[in-house]
Amino acid sequence: MSNNIPENLRYSKDHEWVLVEGDIATIGITDYAQHSLGDVVYIDMPRVGDSFGAHEAFGSVESVKAVSEVFTPIAGEITEVNEGLNDTPETVNSDPYGGAWFIKVKMENPLEADGLLSSEEYEEYLSNQ
Amino acid sequence: MSDTNLKKTPLNEVHRNSGGKMVDFGGWDMPVQYTAGVIAEHLATREKVGLFDVSHMGEIWVEGADAIAFVNKLTTNDVTKLVDGQAHYSALTNDNGGVVDDLLVYRFDQDKLLLVVNAGTTDKDWDWITSHKADENITLTNASADYCQIAIQGPKALEIAQKFTDINLSEIKYYHFTVGTFNGVDAIISRTGYTGEDGFEIYANKDFAEKLWNDFIEAGAEHGILPCGLAARNTLRLEAAMSLYGHELSDDISPLEAGLGWICKLNKGDFTGREHLAKLKEDGVKRKIVGFEVIDRGIARDEMEVYVGDEKVGVVTSGSPAPFLKKNIGLAFLPTEFAKNGQEIKIDVRGKKLAAVVVPTPFYKRNR
Repeated sequence: MSNNIPENLRYSKDHEWVLVEGDIATIGITDYAQHSLGDVVYIDMPRVGDSFGAHEAFGSVESVKAVSEVFTPIAGEITEVNEGLNDTPETVNSDPYGGAWFIKVKMENPLEADGLLSSEEYEEYLSNQ
Repeated sequence: MSDTNLKKTPLNEVHRNSGGKMVDFGGWDMPVQYTAGVIAEHLATREKVGLFDVSHMGEIWVEGADAIAFVNKLTTNDVTKLVDGQAHYSALTNDNGGVVDDLLVYRFDQDKLLLVVNAGTTDKDWDWITSHKADENITLTNASADYCQIAIQGPKALEIAQKFTDINLSEIKYYHFTVGTFNGVDAIISRTGYTGEDGFEIYANKDFAEKLWNDFIEAGAEHGILPCGLAARNTLRLEAAMSLYGHELSDDISPLEAGLGWICKLNKGDFTGREHLAKLKEDGVKRKIVGFEVIDRGIARDEMEVYVGDEKVGVVTSGSPAPFLKKNIGLAFLPTEFAKNGQEIKIDVRGKKLAAVVVPTPFYKRNR
Protein backbone atom coordinates (compact mmCIF):
# COMPACT_ATOMS: atom_id res chain seq x y z
CA MET A 1 0.00 0.00 0.00
CA SER A 2 1.43 3.35 -0.95
CA ASN A 3 0.72 6.29 1.29
CA ASN A 4 0.39 9.92 0.42
CA ILE A 5 2.87 11.81 2.67
CA PRO A 6 3.26 15.49 1.68
CA GLU A 7 6.79 16.84 2.19
CA ASN A 8 5.75 20.17 3.69
CA LEU A 9 4.14 18.66 6.79
CA ARG A 10 5.38 17.24 10.09
CA TYR A 11 4.08 13.94 11.48
CA SER A 12 3.47 12.19 14.79
CA LYS A 13 3.77 8.48 15.50
CA ASP A 14 0.04 8.58 16.29
CA HIS A 15 -0.53 9.41 12.60
CA GLU A 16 -1.43 13.07 12.91
CA TRP A 17 0.00 15.67 10.55
CA VAL A 18 0.96 19.22 11.49
CA LEU A 19 1.30 22.28 9.25
CA VAL A 20 3.26 25.05 10.95
CA GLU A 21 2.61 28.66 9.90
CA GLY A 22 4.12 31.20 12.31
CA ASP A 23 2.91 30.23 15.77
CA ILE A 24 -0.19 28.44 14.46
CA ALA A 25 -0.22 24.69 13.92
CA THR A 26 -2.94 23.11 11.77
CA ILE A 27 -3.55 19.48 12.73
CA GLY A 28 -5.26 16.57 10.98
CA ILE A 29 -4.87 12.82 10.52
CA THR A 30 -2.76 11.20 7.83
CA ASP A 31 -3.73 9.28 4.73
CA TYR A 32 -2.45 6.14 6.45
CA ALA A 33 -4.71 6.85 9.46
CA GLN A 34 -7.86 7.44 7.39
CA HIS A 35 -7.10 4.32 5.40
CA SER A 36 -6.75 2.23 8.56
CA LEU A 37 -9.99 3.61 9.99
CA GLY A 38 -12.15 3.08 6.92
CA ASP A 39 -15.28 5.14 6.20
CA VAL A 40 -15.33 8.02 8.70
CA VAL A 41 -18.84 8.81 9.90
CA TYR A 42 -18.42 10.94 13.01
CA ILE A 43 -15.93 13.31 14.57
CA ASP A 44 -15.98 14.56 18.15
CA MET A 45 -14.20 17.92 18.33
CA PRO A 46 -13.04 20.17 21.17
CA ARG A 47 -14.10 23.80 21.56
CA VAL A 48 -12.21 26.92 20.55
CA GLY A 49 -10.35 28.15 23.64
CA ASP A 50 -9.66 24.65 25.02
CA SER A 51 -6.01 23.99 25.80
CA PHE A 52 -4.20 20.70 25.41
CA GLY A 53 -0.77 19.42 26.36
CA ALA A 54 1.41 17.65 23.81
CA HIS A 55 0.20 14.12 22.95
CA GLU A 56 -3.09 14.69 24.73
CA ALA A 57 -6.30 13.39 23.15
CA PHE A 58 -8.36 16.32 21.85
CA GLY A 59 -11.18 14.40 20.22
CA SER A 60 -12.17 11.22 18.49
CA VAL A 61 -12.86 10.05 14.99
CA GLU A 62 -15.21 7.18 14.30
CA SER A 63 -15.61 4.92 11.32
CA VAL A 64 -18.49 2.47 10.87
CA LYS A 65 -16.43 -0.17 12.60
CA ALA A 66 -14.25 1.60 15.13
CA VAL A 67 -13.50 4.65 17.24
CA SER A 68 -10.06 6.16 17.50
CA GLU A 69 -8.80 9.04 19.62
CA VAL A 70 -6.94 11.89 17.97
CA PHE A 71 -4.00 13.49 19.73
CA THR A 72 -2.49 16.89 19.36
CA PRO A 73 1.24 16.45 18.84
CA ILE A 74 1.76 20.05 19.97
CA ALA A 75 0.77 21.84 23.18
CA GLY A 76 -1.36 24.94 22.85
CA GLU A 77 -4.74 26.62 22.76
CA ILE A 78 -7.29 25.87 20.08
CA THR A 79 -8.04 28.90 17.92
CA GLU A 80 -10.21 27.27 15.27
CA VAL A 81 -12.15 24.03 14.78
CA ASN A 82 -13.19 22.67 11.38
CA GLU A 83 -16.95 22.65 12.00
CA GLY A 84 -17.57 21.57 8.41
CA LEU A 85 -16.43 18.06 9.27
CA ASN A 86 -19.56 17.59 11.40
CA ASP A 87 -21.65 17.56 8.25
CA THR A 88 -19.15 15.94 5.90
CA PRO A 89 -16.98 13.59 7.97
CA GLU A 90 -16.24 11.61 4.79
CA THR A 91 -13.87 14.44 3.80
CA VAL A 92 -11.40 12.78 6.19
CA ASN A 93 -11.24 9.87 3.72
CA SER A 94 -11.27 11.89 0.51
CA ASP A 95 -9.05 14.85 1.42
CA PRO A 96 -7.14 14.12 4.65
CA TYR A 97 -4.49 16.81 4.13
CA GLY A 98 -6.77 19.50 2.75
CA GLY A 99 -10.46 19.94 3.54
CA ALA A 100 -10.22 17.59 6.51
CA TRP A 101 -7.96 19.58 8.83
CA PHE A 102 -9.30 19.14 12.37
CA ILE A 103 -8.05 22.03 14.48
CA LYS A 104 -5.74 25.04 14.54
CA VAL A 105 -3.63 25.50 17.66
CA LYS A 106 -1.71 28.53 18.93
CA MET A 107 1.50 26.81 19.91
CA GLU A 108 2.93 27.32 23.39
CA ASN A 109 6.36 26.55 22.01
CA PRO A 110 6.76 26.82 18.22
CA LEU A 111 10.03 24.89 18.45
CA GLU A 112 8.08 21.82 19.58
CA ALA A 113 7.21 21.05 15.96
CA ASP A 114 10.90 20.46 15.21
CA GLY A 115 10.72 17.35 17.37
CA LEU A 116 8.13 15.77 15.10
CA LEU A 117 8.87 13.42 12.20
CA SER A 118 9.74 14.74 8.75
CA SER A 119 7.93 13.20 5.76
CA GLU A 120 10.93 10.91 5.12
CA GLU A 121 11.01 9.85 8.76
CA TYR A 122 7.28 9.20 8.81
CA GLU A 123 7.51 7.13 5.63
CA GLU A 124 10.32 5.14 7.25
CA TYR A 125 8.21 4.74 10.40
CA LEU A 126 5.24 3.44 8.37
CA SER A 127 7.39 0.97 6.50
CA ASN A 128 8.23 -0.64 9.85
CA GLN A 129 4.60 -0.87 10.96
CA MET B 1 1.49 -11.05 6.16
CA SER B 2 -0.38 -14.25 6.70
CA ASP B 3 -1.03 -15.58 10.18
CA THR B 4 -0.57 -19.33 9.87
CA ASN B 5 -2.53 -20.00 13.07
CA LEU B 6 -5.75 -18.68 11.59
CA LYS B 7 -8.17 -20.85 9.65
CA LYS B 8 -8.76 -19.90 6.04
CA THR B 9 -11.71 -20.31 3.71
CA PRO B 10 -11.07 -21.56 0.16
CA LEU B 11 -11.38 -17.92 -0.94
CA ASN B 12 -8.60 -16.52 1.25
CA GLU B 13 -6.25 -15.75 -1.64
CA VAL B 14 -9.08 -14.24 -3.67
CA HIS B 15 -9.90 -11.85 -0.83
CA ARG B 16 -6.27 -10.81 -0.45
CA ASN B 17 -5.95 -10.23 -4.19
CA SER B 18 -9.15 -8.15 -4.31
CA GLY B 19 -8.07 -5.70 -1.63
CA GLY B 20 -9.73 -7.43 1.31
CA LYS B 21 -8.59 -6.03 4.65
CA MET B 22 -8.08 -9.23 6.62
CA VAL B 23 -8.82 -9.60 10.32
CA ASP B 24 -8.97 -12.39 12.89
CA PHE B 25 -12.65 -13.26 13.25
CA GLY B 26 -13.10 -15.97 15.87
CA GLY B 27 -9.95 -17.74 14.70
CA TRP B 28 -10.67 -17.22 10.99
CA ASP B 29 -8.67 -14.99 8.66
CA MET B 30 -11.55 -13.07 7.06
CA PRO B 31 -12.05 -9.85 5.06
CA VAL B 32 -13.63 -7.13 7.21
CA GLN B 33 -14.03 -4.96 4.11
CA TYR B 34 -12.70 -4.53 0.57
CA THR B 35 -11.43 -1.42 -1.20
CA ALA B 36 -14.92 0.06 -1.76
CA GLY B 37 -15.40 0.30 2.00
CA VAL B 38 -18.16 -0.79 4.36
CA ILE B 39 -20.65 1.94 3.45
CA ALA B 40 -20.46 1.25 -0.30
CA GLU B 41 -20.68 -2.50 0.34
CA HIS B 42 -23.70 -2.09 2.61
CA LEU B 43 -25.51 0.18 0.14
CA ALA B 44 -24.71 -2.10 -2.79
CA THR B 45 -26.45 -4.95 -0.97
CA ARG B 46 -29.51 -2.84 -0.11
CA GLU B 47 -29.85 -1.22 -3.54
CA LYS B 48 -28.23 -3.66 -5.99
CA VAL B 49 -26.34 -6.76 -4.95
CA GLY B 50 -23.55 -7.85 -2.61
CA LEU B 51 -21.43 -11.02 -2.50
CA PHE B 52 -20.31 -12.60 0.77
CA ASP B 53 -17.91 -15.43 1.54
CA VAL B 54 -19.51 -17.30 4.42
CA SER B 55 -17.53 -20.50 3.94
CA HIS B 56 -16.39 -20.26 7.55
CA MET B 57 -19.86 -21.33 8.71
CA GLY B 58 -20.08 -24.94 9.92
CA GLU B 59 -22.04 -27.74 8.24
CA ILE B 60 -23.12 -30.79 10.23
CA TRP B 61 -25.07 -33.65 8.65
CA VAL B 62 -27.55 -35.67 10.69
CA GLU B 63 -28.58 -38.81 8.80
CA GLY B 64 -30.61 -41.86 9.73
CA ALA B 65 -34.08 -42.95 10.77
CA ASP B 66 -33.99 -40.86 13.97
CA ALA B 67 -32.58 -37.69 12.42
CA ILE B 68 -35.70 -35.59 12.99
CA ALA B 69 -36.27 -36.87 16.53
CA PHE B 70 -32.64 -36.26 17.43
CA VAL B 71 -32.50 -32.68 16.18
CA ASN B 72 -35.92 -32.00 17.71
CA LYS B 73 -34.49 -33.11 21.06
CA LEU B 74 -31.62 -30.60 20.86
CA THR B 75 -33.24 -27.54 19.27
CA THR B 76 -36.10 -25.17 20.11
CA ASN B 77 -37.99 -25.04 16.82
CA ASP B 78 -40.28 -27.89 15.71
CA VAL B 79 -38.35 -30.02 13.21
CA THR B 80 -41.40 -32.23 12.57
CA LYS B 81 -43.05 -29.25 10.87
CA LEU B 82 -40.37 -29.01 8.17
CA VAL B 83 -41.10 -30.47 4.75
CA ASP B 84 -38.49 -31.70 2.28
CA GLY B 85 -36.68 -28.70 0.82
CA GLN B 86 -37.50 -26.40 3.70
CA ALA B 87 -35.24 -24.82 6.31
CA HIS B 88 -35.86 -23.01 9.56
CA TYR B 89 -34.03 -20.83 12.04
CA SER B 90 -33.57 -22.43 15.43
CA ALA B 91 -31.45 -22.55 18.57
CA LEU B 92 -29.42 -25.28 20.22
CA THR B 93 -30.19 -24.82 23.91
CA ASN B 94 -28.35 -25.99 27.02
CA ASP B 95 -29.92 -27.47 30.16
CA ASN B 96 -30.52 -23.96 31.56
CA GLY B 97 -32.28 -22.74 28.44
CA GLY B 98 -29.25 -20.70 27.36
CA VAL B 99 -28.15 -20.80 23.74
CA VAL B 100 -25.26 -23.05 22.69
CA ASP B 101 -25.63 -21.62 19.19
CA ASP B 102 -28.22 -20.35 16.76
CA LEU B 103 -28.47 -22.26 13.51
CA LEU B 104 -30.36 -23.18 10.37
CA VAL B 105 -31.89 -26.67 10.09
CA TYR B 106 -32.38 -27.91 6.50
CA ARG B 107 -34.62 -30.92 5.77
CA PHE B 108 -33.47 -32.89 2.71
CA ASP B 109 -35.73 -35.83 3.49
CA GLN B 110 -37.05 -37.51 6.63
CA ASP B 111 -33.70 -39.26 7.16
CA LYS B 112 -31.40 -36.39 6.28
CA LEU B 113 -30.95 -33.00 7.91
CA LEU B 114 -28.23 -30.40 7.58
CA LEU B 115 -27.35 -28.08 10.46
CA VAL B 116 -25.59 -24.85 9.52
CA VAL B 117 -23.91 -23.31 12.54
CA ASN B 118 -21.70 -20.34 13.37
CA ALA B 119 -18.01 -20.47 12.50
CA GLY B 120 -16.63 -19.62 15.92
CA THR B 121 -18.85 -22.18 17.63
CA THR B 122 -18.61 -25.09 15.16
CA ASP B 123 -16.25 -27.13 17.36
CA LYS B 124 -18.29 -26.40 20.48
CA ASP B 125 -21.52 -27.35 18.67
CA TRP B 126 -19.99 -30.53 17.30
CA ASP B 127 -18.89 -31.60 20.81
CA TRP B 128 -22.30 -30.68 22.21
CA ILE B 129 -24.25 -32.53 19.53
CA THR B 130 -22.10 -35.69 19.52
CA SER B 131 -22.13 -35.87 23.33
CA HIS B 132 -25.95 -35.78 23.30
CA LYS B 133 -26.31 -38.72 20.94
CA ALA B 134 -27.83 -41.56 22.95
CA ASP B 135 -29.14 -44.69 21.24
CA GLU B 136 -30.64 -42.86 18.27
CA ASN B 137 -30.19 -44.45 14.87
CA ILE B 138 -28.22 -41.61 13.29
CA THR B 139 -24.85 -40.79 11.78
CA LEU B 140 -23.29 -37.39 12.49
CA THR B 141 -20.79 -35.87 10.07
CA ASN B 142 -18.93 -32.61 10.52
CA ALA B 143 -18.54 -31.57 6.87
CA SER B 144 -17.53 -27.98 7.60
CA ALA B 145 -14.17 -28.26 5.87
CA ASP B 146 -15.66 -29.75 2.69
CA TYR B 147 -17.95 -26.88 1.74
CA CYS B 148 -17.74 -23.38 0.53
CA GLN B 149 -20.73 -21.15 1.15
CA ILE B 150 -21.25 -18.01 -0.90
CA ALA B 151 -24.13 -15.64 -0.23
CA ILE B 152 -25.48 -13.38 -2.97
CA GLN B 153 -27.87 -10.83 -1.49
CA GLY B 154 -29.86 -7.86 -2.66
CA PRO B 155 -32.58 -6.89 -5.15
CA LYS B 156 -30.50 -8.15 -8.11
CA ALA B 157 -29.45 -11.46 -6.50
CA LEU B 158 -32.18 -13.53 -8.13
CA GLU B 159 -31.49 -12.22 -11.63
CA ILE B 160 -27.75 -12.86 -11.35
CA ALA B 161 -28.02 -16.27 -9.68
CA GLN B 162 -30.51 -17.38 -12.34
CA LYS B 163 -27.76 -17.10 -14.97
CA PHE B 164 -25.99 -20.08 -13.41
CA THR B 165 -28.76 -22.68 -13.37
CA ASP B 166 -31.71 -24.14 -15.27
CA ILE B 167 -33.65 -24.46 -12.04
CA ASN B 168 -36.33 -21.76 -11.82
CA LEU B 169 -35.01 -19.94 -8.77
CA SER B 170 -38.04 -17.68 -8.44
CA GLU B 171 -40.02 -20.80 -7.49
CA ILE B 172 -37.85 -21.39 -4.44
CA LYS B 173 -39.67 -19.73 -1.57
CA TYR B 174 -37.99 -17.85 1.26
CA TYR B 175 -36.42 -20.31 3.70
CA HIS B 176 -36.63 -23.11 1.16
CA PHE B 177 -33.85 -24.71 -0.86
CA THR B 178 -33.15 -27.14 -3.63
CA VAL B 179 -30.29 -29.38 -4.68
CA GLY B 180 -29.11 -29.16 -8.26
CA THR B 181 -26.56 -28.07 -10.80
CA PHE B 182 -25.32 -24.53 -10.29
CA ASN B 183 -22.56 -23.14 -12.49
CA GLY B 184 -21.91 -26.70 -13.67
CA VAL B 185 -21.45 -28.29 -10.26
CA ASP B 186 -23.62 -29.92 -7.58
CA ALA B 187 -24.86 -27.34 -5.11
CA ILE B 188 -27.37 -26.61 -2.40
CA ILE B 189 -29.27 -23.48 -3.42
CA SER B 190 -30.92 -21.89 -0.41
CA ARG B 191 -33.13 -18.81 -0.41
CA THR B 192 -31.83 -17.50 2.89
CA GLY B 193 -29.54 -14.78 4.14
CA TYR B 194 -28.39 -12.54 6.95
CA THR B 195 -28.86 -9.11 5.41
CA GLY B 196 -32.58 -8.34 5.42
CA GLU B 197 -32.60 -8.66 1.61
CA ASP B 198 -33.79 -11.31 -0.79
CA GLY B 199 -31.01 -13.58 -1.94
CA PHE B 200 -29.42 -16.98 -1.99
CA GLU B 201 -26.80 -18.91 -0.11
CA ILE B 202 -25.00 -21.40 -2.33
CA TYR B 203 -23.22 -24.40 -0.80
CA ALA B 204 -20.81 -26.35 -2.99
CA ASN B 205 -17.62 -28.38 -2.79
CA LYS B 206 -14.83 -26.06 -1.64
CA ASP B 207 -12.80 -26.77 -4.79
CA PHE B 208 -15.36 -24.80 -6.81
CA ALA B 209 -15.34 -21.75 -4.53
CA GLU B 210 -12.93 -19.63 -6.52
CA LYS B 211 -14.64 -20.17 -9.87
CA LEU B 212 -18.07 -19.57 -8.39
CA TRP B 213 -16.93 -16.38 -6.68
CA ASN B 214 -15.20 -14.99 -9.75
CA ASP B 215 -18.11 -15.89 -12.01
CA PHE B 216 -20.54 -14.13 -9.66
CA ILE B 217 -18.35 -11.01 -9.67
CA GLU B 218 -18.18 -11.06 -13.46
CA ALA B 219 -21.89 -11.75 -13.99
CA GLY B 220 -22.84 -9.11 -11.42
CA ALA B 221 -20.58 -6.39 -12.77
CA GLU B 222 -23.32 -4.84 -14.90
CA HIS B 223 -25.51 -4.64 -11.80
CA GLY B 224 -22.84 -3.05 -9.62
CA ILE B 225 -22.07 -6.12 -7.53
CA LEU B 226 -19.55 -5.58 -4.72
CA PRO B 227 -17.75 -8.15 -2.61
CA CYS B 228 -18.75 -7.45 0.99
CA GLY B 229 -16.76 -8.04 4.15
CA LEU B 230 -17.76 -8.89 7.70
CA ALA B 231 -18.26 -5.23 8.63
CA ALA B 232 -21.05 -4.79 6.07
CA ARG B 233 -22.46 -8.19 6.99
CA ASN B 234 -22.74 -6.92 10.56
CA THR B 235 -24.32 -3.55 9.76
CA LEU B 236 -26.78 -5.21 7.35
CA ARG B 237 -27.91 -7.78 9.92
CA LEU B 238 -28.13 -5.08 12.60
CA GLU B 239 -30.44 -2.90 10.46
CA ALA B 240 -32.57 -6.03 10.01
CA ALA B 241 -32.32 -6.63 13.82
CA MET B 242 -31.06 -10.18 13.40
CA SER B 243 -29.25 -11.69 16.39
CA LEU B 244 -25.51 -12.27 16.39
CA TYR B 245 -24.20 -15.09 18.55
CA GLY B 246 -21.94 -13.76 21.31
CA HIS B 247 -23.87 -10.47 21.33
CA GLU B 248 -27.65 -10.97 21.57
CA LEU B 249 -27.27 -14.71 22.21
CA SER B 250 -24.96 -16.72 24.45
CA ASP B 251 -24.81 -19.70 26.79
CA ASP B 252 -26.26 -17.39 29.46
CA ILE B 253 -29.00 -15.75 27.39
CA SER B 254 -32.30 -17.45 26.72
CA PRO B 255 -33.87 -17.17 23.27
CA LEU B 256 -36.97 -15.77 25.00
CA GLU B 257 -34.94 -12.83 26.33
CA ALA B 258 -33.43 -12.32 22.87
CA GLY B 259 -36.87 -11.90 21.31
CA LEU B 260 -36.78 -15.33 19.70
CA GLY B 261 -39.92 -16.71 21.32
CA TRP B 262 -41.14 -17.46 17.79
CA ILE B 263 -38.54 -20.23 17.40
CA CYS B 264 -39.28 -21.75 20.85
CA LYS B 265 -42.00 -24.35 20.34
CA LEU B 266 -42.56 -25.22 23.99
CA ASN B 267 -45.44 -27.59 23.26
CA LYS B 268 -43.69 -29.75 20.66
CA GLY B 269 -42.46 -32.29 23.23
CA ASP B 270 -39.37 -32.41 25.36
CA PHE B 271 -36.09 -30.81 24.32
CA THR B 272 -32.96 -29.67 26.11
CA GLY B 273 -33.73 -26.67 28.30
CA ARG B 274 -37.47 -26.84 27.65
CA GLU B 275 -38.45 -26.83 31.33
CA HIS B 276 -36.41 -23.72 32.03
CA LEU B 277 -37.84 -21.95 29.01
CA ALA B 278 -41.40 -22.91 29.96
CA LYS B 279 -40.90 -21.59 33.49
CA LEU B 280 -39.28 -18.42 32.18
CA LYS B 281 -42.21 -17.87 29.86
CA GLU B 282 -44.69 -18.44 32.67
CA ASP B 283 -42.88 -16.16 35.11
CA GLY B 284 -42.14 -13.58 32.42
CA VAL B 285 -38.62 -12.63 31.31
CA LYS B 286 -36.83 -10.07 33.49
CA ARG B 287 -34.78 -8.60 30.65
CA LYS B 288 -35.26 -8.23 26.93
CA ILE B 289 -33.34 -7.25 23.84
CA VAL B 290 -34.68 -3.98 22.42
CA GLY B 291 -33.76 -1.77 19.50
CA PHE B 292 -32.76 1.84 20.08
CA GLU B 293 -31.85 4.94 18.12
CA VAL B 294 -29.32 7.45 19.41
CA ILE B 295 -30.85 10.93 19.41
CA ASP B 296 -27.80 12.99 20.43
CA ARG B 297 -24.80 13.23 18.12
CA GLY B 298 -22.59 10.20 18.71
CA ILE B 299 -22.36 6.48 18.21
CA ALA B 300 -23.28 3.70 20.64
CA ARG B 301 -20.95 0.70 20.54
CA ASP B 302 -21.04 -2.86 21.85
CA GLU B 303 -20.83 -3.20 25.65
CA MET B 304 -21.58 0.44 26.48
CA GLU B 305 -23.76 0.93 29.55
CA VAL B 306 -27.41 1.99 29.34
CA TYR B 307 -29.03 4.30 31.90
CA VAL B 308 -32.55 5.35 32.76
CA GLY B 309 -32.17 8.55 34.74
CA ASP B 310 -29.10 8.02 36.91
CA GLU B 311 -29.60 4.30 37.23
CA LYS B 312 -27.53 1.86 35.20
CA VAL B 313 -30.07 -0.58 33.82
CA GLY B 314 -28.54 -2.42 30.89
CA VAL B 315 -25.90 -2.83 28.24
CA VAL B 316 -25.58 -2.39 24.47
CA THR B 317 -25.18 -5.79 22.78
CA SER B 318 -24.61 -4.38 19.26
CA GLY B 319 -24.20 -0.71 18.39
CA SER B 320 -23.18 0.91 15.12
CA PRO B 321 -23.89 3.56 12.55
CA ALA B 322 -26.54 2.23 10.15
CA PRO B 323 -25.29 3.09 6.66
CA PHE B 324 -28.62 2.75 4.83
CA LEU B 325 -30.84 4.29 7.51
CA LYS B 326 -28.23 6.97 8.24
CA LYS B 327 -28.89 6.77 11.96
CA ASN B 328 -26.90 5.49 14.88
CA ILE B 329 -28.70 2.40 16.11
CA GLY B 330 -28.22 -0.58 18.33
CA LEU B 331 -29.64 -3.47 20.28
CA ALA B 332 -29.49 -3.49 24.09
CA PHE B 333 -30.49 -5.60 27.04
CA LEU B 334 -32.97 -3.78 29.27
CA PRO B 335 -35.08 -4.81 32.26
CA THR B 336 -38.56 -5.69 30.98
CA GLU B 337 -40.11 -2.62 32.68
CA PHE B 338 -38.06 -0.35 30.39
CA ALA B 339 -38.31 -2.52 27.27
CA LYS B 340 -41.10 -0.54 25.62
CA ASN B 341 -41.17 1.62 22.53
CA GLY B 342 -40.64 5.28 23.27
CA GLN B 343 -38.71 4.61 26.51
CA GLU B 344 -36.05 7.30 26.88
CA ILE B 345 -32.62 5.93 27.76
CA LYS B 346 -29.07 7.27 27.99
CA ILE B 347 -25.99 5.55 26.68
CA ASP B 348 -22.63 6.14 28.30
CA VAL B 349 -20.33 6.89 25.38
CA ARG B 350 -16.87 7.31 26.91
CA GLY B 351 -18.21 9.34 29.82
CA LYS B 352 -20.84 11.33 27.91
CA LYS B 353 -24.42 10.22 28.44
CA LEU B 354 -26.13 10.42 25.06
CA ALA B 355 -29.91 10.48 24.74
CA ALA B 356 -31.46 7.53 22.94
CA VAL B 357 -34.93 6.05 22.59
CA VAL B 358 -36.30 2.51 22.36
CA VAL B 359 -37.81 1.91 18.92
CA PRO B 360 -39.59 -1.02 17.19
CA THR B 361 -37.48 -3.59 15.34
CA PRO B 362 -36.50 -4.42 12.69
CA PHE B 363 -35.02 -1.00 12.00
CA TYR B 364 -35.07 -1.85 8.29
CA LYS B 365 -37.60 -3.96 6.41
CA ARG B 366 -37.38 -4.40 2.67
CA ASN B 367 -40.36 -3.75 0.41
CA ARG B 368 -41.67 -7.01 -0.96
